Amino acid sequence: MPILETRALTIRFGGHVAVNAVSCAFEAGTLTAIVGPNGAGKTTFFNLVSGQLPASDGQVIFKGEDITALGPHLRTRRGLGRAFQLTNLFPNLTVLENVRLAVQARLHPRVDLFSMAARHRELLDAAHGYLDRVSLGHRARTRASVLSHGDQRKLEVALMLALEPDVFMFDEPTAGMSVDEVPVLLDLIEAIKQDTSKTILLVEHKMDVVRRLADRIVVLVNGTLVADGKPAEVVALPVVQEAYLGIRRKEAAHG
Amino acid sequence: MIIDTILSGDRPRSRLLGALLMAAFLALAFAPFLFPGTKALGVASRICIFIVLAASYDIVLGYTGIVSFAHAMFFGIGAYGVAIALSNLPVGWGAIFIGLGGALVVSAVLAVAIGFISLRLRALYFSMMTLALASFALIVATQLRDITGGEDGLTFSLPHLLAVSYRPFAAPVLGVRIDGRIVTYYLVFTAATALFLLMLRIVNSPFGRVLQAIRENEFRAQALGFSVVLHRTLAGTIGALMATCAGALLALVLRYNGPSASLSFEIMVDSILLMTVVGGMGTLYGPLLGAIVIVLAQYYLQPGMAALAEWTDGVPLLPHLFNPDRWLLWLGVLFVLIVYFFPTGLVGRMRGWTEPDE
Ligand SMILES: Nc1ncnc2c1ncn2[C@@H]1O[C@H](COP(=O)(O)OP(=O)(O)O)[C@@H](O)[C@H]1O
Ligand SMILES: [Mg+2]
Repeated sequence: MPILETRALTIRFGGHVAVNAVSCAFEAGTLTAIVGPNGAGKTTFFNLVSGQLPASDGQVIFKGEDITALGPHLRTRRGLGRAFQLTNLFPNLTVLENVRLAVQARLHPRVDLFSMAARHRELLDAAHGYLDRVSLGHRARTRASVLSHGDQRKLEVALMLALEPDVFMFDEPTAGMSVDEVPVLLDLIEAIKQDTSKTILLVEHKMDVVRRLADRIVVLVNGTLVADGKPAEVVALPVVQEAYLGIRRKEAAHG
Repeated sequence: MIIDTILSGDRPRSRLLGALLMAAFLALAFAPFLFPGTKALGVASRICIFIVLAASYDIVLGYTGIVSFAHAMFFGIGAYGVAIALSNLPVGWGAIFIGLGGALVVSAVLAVAIGFISLRLRALYFSMMTLALASFALIVATQLRDITGGEDGLTFSLPHLLAVSYRPFAAPVLGVRIDGRIVTYYLVFTAATALFLLMLRIVNSPFGRVLQAIRENEFRAQALGFSVVLHRTLAGTIGALMATCAGALLALVLRYNGPSASLSFEIMVDSILLMTVVGGMGTLYGPLLGAIVIVLAQYYLQPGMAALAEWTDGVPLLPHLFNPDRWLLWLGVLFVLIVYFFPTGLVGRMRGWTEPDE
């Protein structure tokens, strides 16, 4: 049984169908890359899966249960982890507090009014651990908003790690990162992949990265799933060549 | 350390602020002896009560960003709860607790209802709705004459220990004759200290950290698995309950309650909002300082100006400027200056930005 499955998942914005009847199953322990040109609906598809947007039609099945009607916080609690494409942090809190909150959400989820947050050493210690995993340990006391773009992306990923989800959804994790920062993140994704109980969904434009990491590639174009299969097969398909070349052309244009 | 346990780890993080807090605490703790007299005792009681009230509003405004104008309503509910109980039941501690208990239940129900309405309305409409609710509460309080005493309000007596005529000691203590008023003051001072420290604990608890997260980025807090609805509603309810307790204390101090004493718009705007914003939102110590500054201004600005006007008599223009009737104008000027020069309030200014962790 797949751990995650979408059935004819659809969302319409007015007349525009951003995700169009996408049916796709994800087996536990696999890494699926989702590719497609800008505006194809990849981020929107993620939003439907993790609950940031309500589906117009179709279902999301997670661990055998229909979670389509659940809000995003309940999906997170069930084990769906999400790192956002546009960095989405708590800007005026420290880097450590950002991660500590994620750890608290997992390890101390009940409403606790009367204990002192600062005395929960186990939450702070765990938070330091996740910061070290994304090589941000030295920035723990910094305010999140003053981090460099690359460091913010890493913190974004640290928040997801701290949730210890069963499904990791990375939305262009390396976008805008400098060349020397990218390996830290790719190594991290690879390390998660080593754990065969974890499932990864990865939206990524860099084809070399996708080929190296993915067990399977899914191609979205205009909100529709147009190809799905092993990396070598999918990359050779004409429709993908076209979409992929489209991306290349755009990237070249962006310089 | 014990001090961290008492302050819930929320140190003043500024020498000046620490010194001011210490001075305020000592001044209030010994107020009946340091500043003898009925008026001074009234001012000290009012400061204690408004510290609780402004801090409770900070939990709503500063920690969750909800702009509600209905906060004075909860203050009024507390005051009316005690006043109605003491006017109708045999006078005693039982009546006070029944009145307070009933008021807390009414406030909790209303706060939860407001919390759910806030989900359906956008921020601006929500604020307007709370304004309408506050006017409605004022109308109810003035119209239900048989219960609330209408415009005139209710005057009542207090249990023996708190009655003005009560004399625990035959001889004066430190030169001050102890009576029921002073006993009442110490009841208010103790309750206010306990309630403030309780709120300080709540904003520094795991729950308080989630409130901060929601204020910073609601969308992300939700994505981490926190229920924004639950946390907001609970914060609103806690703020409401604390305001209700403050209202009950006010009724005990005044031995009277009426619409203008606890329910008016002046209380909402001139006191609660002003104190929170001037002191510094989202710090809890801010509203504490704000309450002290504003209550002192309310009581002593007018007489101070009368003195100034007299003193400058004969100088052109100045006596007009210091005409006691213009005290509200000066309060307004004070407010604008503070907000202009210290946009993060007095406490924000004293602290600067420092790490909130460990
Ligand atoms: N909240 C929204 N309201 C209206 N249109 C949206 C919204 N979110 C996404 N879209 C549209 O859906 C399409 C897909 O966007 P997106 O999922 O961000 O693409 P991708 O991540 O593949 O680059 C775009 O045309 C975008 O403008
Ligand atoms: Mg996208």
